Amino acid sequence: MESLYAITTGILTACGLFLTLRGRTFPVVVGLTLLSYAVNLFLFSMGGLTTGGAAIIDGQTHFADPLPQALVLTAIVIGFAMTAFVVILAMRARSEMGNDHVDGRKQEEPHR
Amino acid sequence: MMQHLIVLPVVLPLLVGLFLLRSRHGTMRTHRVVGVTATALLVVVAMVMVARAADGEVTYYALGGWQPPFGIVLVLDRLSALMVLLTAVLALGAVVFACAGDDERGSNFHGLFQLQLMGINGAFLTGDIFNLFVFFEVLLLASYALLIHGGGKSRIQSAVHYVVLNLVGSSLFLISVGVLYGATGTLNMADMAVRLSDLPADREGLVTAGALMLLVVFSLKSALLPLYFWLPRAYAAAPAPVAALFAIMTKVGIYAILRVYSLVFGEQAGSLAALEQPWVWWLSLATMVVAGIGVLAARDLRLLVAYLIVVSVGTLLAGIGMGSPAATAALLYYLVHTTLVTGGLFLLAEMIGLQRGKAATRLVKGRPMHHGNWLAGLFFIGAVAVAGLPPLSGAIGKALLLNAAETSQQPWLWPILLATGLAALIALSRAGSTLFWRSHEGEVAGVSLSRSRWLGVGWLLGASPLLVILAGPVSDYTCATAEQLADPDIMVRAVLSNAGESP
Repeated sequence: MESLYAITTGILTACGLFLTLRGRTFPVVVGLTLLSYAVNLFLFSMGGLTTGGAAIIDGQTHFADPLPQALVLTAIVIGFAMTAFVVILAMRARSEMGNDHVDGRKQEEPHR
Repeated sequence: MMQHLIVLPVVLPLLVGLFLLRSRHGTMRTHRVVGVTATALLVVVAMVMVARAADGEVTYYALGGWQPPFGIVLVLDRLSALMVLLTAVLALGAVVFACAGDDERGSNFHGLFQLQLMGINGAFLTGDIFNLFVFFEVLLLASYALLIHGGGKSRIQSAVHYVVLNLVGSSLFLISVGVLYGATGTLNMADMAVRLSDLPADREGLVTAGALMLLVVFSLKSALLPLYFWLPRAYAAAPAPVAALFAIMTKVGIYAILRVYSLVFGEQAGSLAALEQPWVWWLSLATMVVAGIGVLAARDLRLLVAYLIVVSVGTLLAGIGMGSPAATAALLYYLVHTTLVTGGLFLLAEMIGLQRGKAATRLVKGRPMHHGNWLAGLFFIGAVAVAGLPPLSGAIGKALLLNAAETSQQPWLWPILLATGLAALIALSRAGSTLFWRSHEGEVAGVSLSRSRWLGVGWLLGASPLLVILAGPVSDYTCATAEQLADPDIMVRAVLSNAGESP
């Protein structure tokens, strides 16, 4: 399971980074969202992967670390708020500058 | 009351900020009175905190009564008290200046301003690395909204870059916190310091990776060389009082570097001790060089001041890169000076821009100014202070830094620090002579400047002569702070002894 989990997180991060480096605001926003998903998955695994264990230490040997779950919750809330903000900002930038390029540049005429 | 003192700088702006956002249909006058009063109260609270921390005792506040290392703690030592006081003093100048009309250009200025203060104070006080992340997010979210306060093309455009970069930075912050938690099993910084002293050898690589990723994040916030490109445009585009408050934002990054690496990666960490130093040292020198060129090339007064902030970041981080208590003491003195003076210069640039009509703050020939002599006088004081000429505080700060350099560091630090000082001097004298002397013939025009603008600028720039008069006590305090930082055991014993106050 560990390798599957690691590969998933890695692919999400790679896609997120690739999209973040695009020139239009929409792919950038999607990239940031993917990146925050990858980070949340990563945080979730930082206490070690446990299946079928309760998220509390009650004297038994088999338990899942509860702290990363609390951290992921915080990170999800913050990431969600940030995504909402960035969407609004991107729309505002689109209306103020007349195009959706991150640098506010007009698209160059394509060569024919 | 006294036992809740440590949490006040977080709770007070939070409650005031929520109140101001809630009553957003109230009159502007109420908002101004509440905002200024709350910020003035914050100055008083911060002064009490400095007085309490000055005797060298480290105290902590366990939120909800959960004792460290399990609960969340706010820690008060000399460094955090100094930083909170600095924030409050800077914020008071900025908020008074904003009352002259900048706060009316958009909505919710005062509420967002208070929330930003909450984030900054929290970041300075927290003793927990995940909470550092949370408070970073609080201050960033408020700063995003403040940056686009009033709207306009250039603001929105620079805000897009600023927000996207900082969101990527936040992701990296979370990854590095995750790595450090996975490797050490704790998030409390003092506890992490203890656990690093007997770290299994196979986890050393993991901790190194986490620590260096954290350095990338803090470098982004503090605008170290490869990561500073967002700063000049964002700061030049922000409304003046916001830009003045942003002068402390880069210092939050510097504080985080100082705190995390002196506490967690101190001597007890063995082979991991001071692993950030070579990176910070060389990159900070390079930052100074590049920012010096930027200062010379800037064609706009606000851009010029923004590059002066990058210069100051390079100077301060060079102090961290030197790694001796003497250098830390020097950099803390310089930090107080540079934050207040560059904040004041941003406000002054706005006043000059208001008087020049269309030319605004661009360094071109413009019309003569109303109150030209007073503005020129203030500009002269600010320029002398920020370029580091005697008799003002910049000279003392730089002398302390030059003096703290060890023999092997002198050939690098001395020429670069002095040359950037010269670059700032040339750029500022050129800017000053263009702004005040090379004006068109003609009618003096421009709006008359309200008293609160003069008060705000005077408050911040007046700090420079005051820092000279009080140079003795202030440098004694920063020396004591540096000694306290050099010995992480003090903090570890205070936080993990379970003898602190719980509410």
